[in-house]
Amino acid sequence: MSLDQSFVGRTYPPTAPYQVGREKIREFARAIGATDAAYHDPEAARALGHPDVVAPPTFPIVLTMAANQQMIEDPDLAIDYTRVVHGDQRFAYTRPVVAGDELVCVNAIEEITGRGGHVFVTSRTEVTTTAGEPVVTAWMKLVVRGEA
Amino acid sequence: MELSTQTFRVTRADLIRYAGASGDFNTIHWSDRLATKVGLPGVIAHGMFTMALVGRAVTTWAGAPDAVVDYGVRFTRPVVVPDDDSGTEIVVTAVVREVTEDGLTRLDITATCQGDKVLSMARATVRTAG
Repeated sequence: MSLDQSFVGRTYPPTAPYQVGREKIREFARAIGATDAAYHDPEAARALGHPDVVAPPTFPIVLTMAANQQMIEDPDLAIDYTRVVHGDQRFAYTRPVVAGDELVCVNAIEEITGRGGHVFVTSRTEVTTTAGEPVVTAWMKLVVRGEA
Repeated sequence: MELSTQTFRVTRADLIRYAGASGDFNTIHWSDRLATKVGLPGVIAHGMFTMALVGRAVTTWAGAPDAVVDYGVRFTRPVVVPDDDSGTEIVVTAVVREVTEDGLTRLDITATCQGDKVLSMARATVRTAG
């Protein structure tokens, strides 16, 4: 892909709402070995002030990685996905994701840089409820490795 | 905040389970044949699986599953997971970089596998005020 700076700031249409299920949170928590009661038991989550089970911190990747397909498949960007490595990941949380959330992702290209023949593309994904309440912002930097 | 070292064992079965739960079915996380074809030594863990394990360390240190307000890492080295019963191990440590007046603690985190750092710029901010 190119280092064309005109793509910086490009924003994609909001994704279809993602319904966060209680069993999906439990499944994700089990898969990472997270046994905290608030990830599994709605009562324990309510005791912490949440309406239902809480998702572990990296759970939003389930939505944001899928949402980033918009950018990865953008024909104008022409990213060769076979050369892509996940470089950086960051989440800034307004609040934890909880079961029952209906979440929408809005992706934007925040930065494109190059170094050593590689191209670095950073996306910023704003995750909000369908009502517009901010929940989490995710940044993902992809490394598109140059031809050896 | 007591920041005792935390160790996480990672086996092939863990990667399969994480692939299913996260929806990340990239072949380099389950096929030695396809991982070596792209120049890797073998199947490697999802970076996001490592980040999730380190996230467990952070919430354990914070003493609350919902205390993380900011969390970011850079993936610097792959975690190679051999196809055997013992897999490999990720060792996670941290130091407090800053405690803010509004009850936030910023941690600088180190994660190693077989003695090599697998993350850099791994930082988390957790809410520590009651």
